[in-house]
Amino acid sequence: MRKALTVLLIALVAISSVFANGASESSGRTEIYFLNFKPEIADVYTNVVKPAFEAAYPQYELKVVTAASNQYQSTLRSELAKSEPPVIFQVNGPVGIAENATTVAPLQDTDFYNLLADKGMALSLDGNVVAVPYAVEGYGIIYNDAIMRKYFALPDKAVDINSAEEINNFETLKAVVEDMTAHLDELGIQGVFAATSFMPGSEWRWTTHLVNPALQAEFTDLATTQAAATFDFTYSENFQKLFDLYLDNSIAPRGMVGSYGDGDSMSQFALGQVAMVQNGNWAAAQILGTAGNTVADDDIKFLPLYMDIEGEESKGINIGTENYLAFNKNASPEAIEGADVFLTWLYSSDEGKQIVTNDLMFITPFASFSSDEVPDDPLARQVNIWMNKEGVTSIPWVFNGIPSEQWKADFAQAMLEYINGRYTWDQVTATAQDAWAREASLTGR
Amino acid sequence: MEKSLRRYFPLFALPALICFTIAFLIPMVWGFVLSFCEFTNITDAHFVGFRNYIRAFTVDNYFTQAFWFTLAFTVVTVITINILAFALALVLTKNVPGTNAFRTIFFMPNLIGGIVLGWIWQVVLNGVLANFQQTLLSDSKYGFWGLVILMNWQNVGYMMVIYIAAIQNIPTDMLEAAQIDGANGRTTLFRITIPSVMPSITICLFLTLTNGFKLYDQNLALTNGAPNHQTEMLALNIFNTFYSRTGFEGVGQAKAVMFTIIVAAIALVQLVATRSKEVES
Repeated sequence: MRKALTVLLIALVAISSVFANGASESSGRTEIYFLNFKPEIADVYTNVVKPAFEAAYPQYELKVVTAASNQYQSTLRSELAKSEPPVIFQVNGPVGIAENATTVAPLQDTDFYNLLADKGMALSLDGNVVAVPYAVEGYGIIYNDAIMRKYFALPDKAVDINSAEEINNFETLKAVVEDMTAHLDELGIQGVFAATSFMPGSEWRWTTHLVNPALQAEFTDLATTQAAATFDFTYSENFQKLFDLYLDNSIAPRGMVGSYGDGDSMSQFALGQVAMVQNGNWAAAQILGTAGNTVADDDIKFLPLYMDIEGEESKGINIGTENYLAFNKNASPEAIEGADVFLTWLYSSDEGKQIVTNDLMFITPFASFSSDEVPDDPLARQVNIWMNKEGVTSIPWVFNGIPSEQWKADFAQAMLEYINGRYTWDQVTATAQDAWAREASLTGR
Repeated sequence: MEKSLRRYFPLFALPALICFTIAFLIPMVWGFVLSFCEFTNITDAHFVGFRNYIRAFTVDNYFTQAFWFTLAFTVVTVITINILAFALALVLTKNVPGTNAFRTIFFMPNLIGGIVLGWIWQVVLNGVLANFQQTLLSDSKYGFWGLVILMNWQNVGYMMVIYIAAIQNIPTDMLEAAQIDGANGRTTLFRITIPSVMPSITICLFLTLTNGFKLYDQNLALTNGAPNHQTEMLALNIFNTFYSRTGFEGVGQAKAVMFTIIVAAIALVQLVATRSKEVES
């Protein structure tokens, strides 16, 4: 018995070592290692992009690894230290470039960079282009228009407007939402807003996205935000107004926010349990992919994040990007060349563009895409509508200028303490200000 | 025999020594050096002196906060785990029916990994707290006691097995002699059983003490330090320091070195203290 076991073990070890060798030696092809940021489309990269690219360019082998949600920075850090580091990786903006200043390769001579329609969107470091955006995204309050129509058809509604599209400031939004909360049973929902998810790792919808309009109102643009040594949080009260509206009209009571992740919030929306949820167009896949999804494609629409900031009637949803690709200059020249071949193929060949629009569902900033080549998902169409809306300007993403991850963590925890009733809002504001000053000085602003 | 043993000793010890050097000694020495450096990965480190150690305390107070939390947690779990494990071992060495089945069941939680356990208990505890409209993140005391419950559930079985082995090794003639001399259960427990299992108590205290200090995955999965870093333990704080800011890798490393020294010192003190109570059987 024991002998048999020993033989078996030795055999197993022998076999596994054969496989281990086989994997690294069998291919004479150049490996292109891409560290993917977006877990929600990880399957598309491995099941669609990889086979299609390798069929088109048999000399290359595409290796896609996806970091777990909220773990990209740490995964990237450890992967870069390995002997076969990723060639293509994502940076989330200027702060991400600063973190990887010794790694990013110049891109101005690549075909990939030259696909950009507006070259000004790329990010530079010391006179070199080092990061190219690949997807434009928009976020706001996603609402289910079927439920909204049901509400506006109520005989005893408390507002004068007749459709969700007429909501154009915080005051109206608040009136509608609070009146909807009073009519939950008639509307067949359990709350107006989906859970304000605060499970560890799910705080990003508030620490980056929700704070963006307040940051933008104070700093105007990304360059100013990124250079700011202090943050007054001038629009703290405005932030609180919308945040409280979320919390007070939510499906989840305040005490329960810690047990919900953002995935739970999206499911609540998809199942028709709530009418609104704050998220962006990347969440379309989550909504449409939920088993038992009750929301019709045409009913998924965006509202801007109204928080009673002056002039918000002419402000749209938040459109921008934190999705930049950079090349690793420490990778082999063949791999870097391969990376350029791969991305150029993906974003300019007919087959690649098909995949980008239909499977990856990106709205891209590249000239190779015509205006009708946008993803056929409802939220991407909505982003397009809001981008081109008459008399409305989009709010750019400036939250990439937040000095460090630590600021987001501290701000998130302060908000959680506020929800738990142990912090006043003033303490949350103070935390945001103090942490900003501290983190800004630590990063040398 | 002696002679050939001595001759072949290096040969037989070599594989283990090489492994120990590569996987433990070199990283440890390197880690110590890195704690005095600023670096993003180990190839671009440069010396900055004690700055990392100063920054570990001056930038925020989370490290000291994590230390007191970890200390409180360790004290509580060392006491509860050992008392529970010893009590179970006592019961399961009496001839109760189904002893083996119970031993297996109590041991089983130890076979599940920490992250999985953390998630399981997060669901269970959040489910219970939901009755009061609360979650584990509502108050740090829930996180604290949640971790204590989790740790007990996981470790009691393991320590129990060690205690059972020790109790079974107590010579029966000693117990019989005590019985004949008219010692009651209490006297037998404190005068014979406990002194006889003292070596096991040393081991179990050591294991629970270091396990308590080193706890990471359960902490990460259960609360991830929330709310407001109040349930963040030392290991988690070190990890978070390493990744939360640009240029803070060295500070995380400095904290890790201090962590090692603290744990080693406390464990040594404990070993010396309990060893002195051991009796030669």
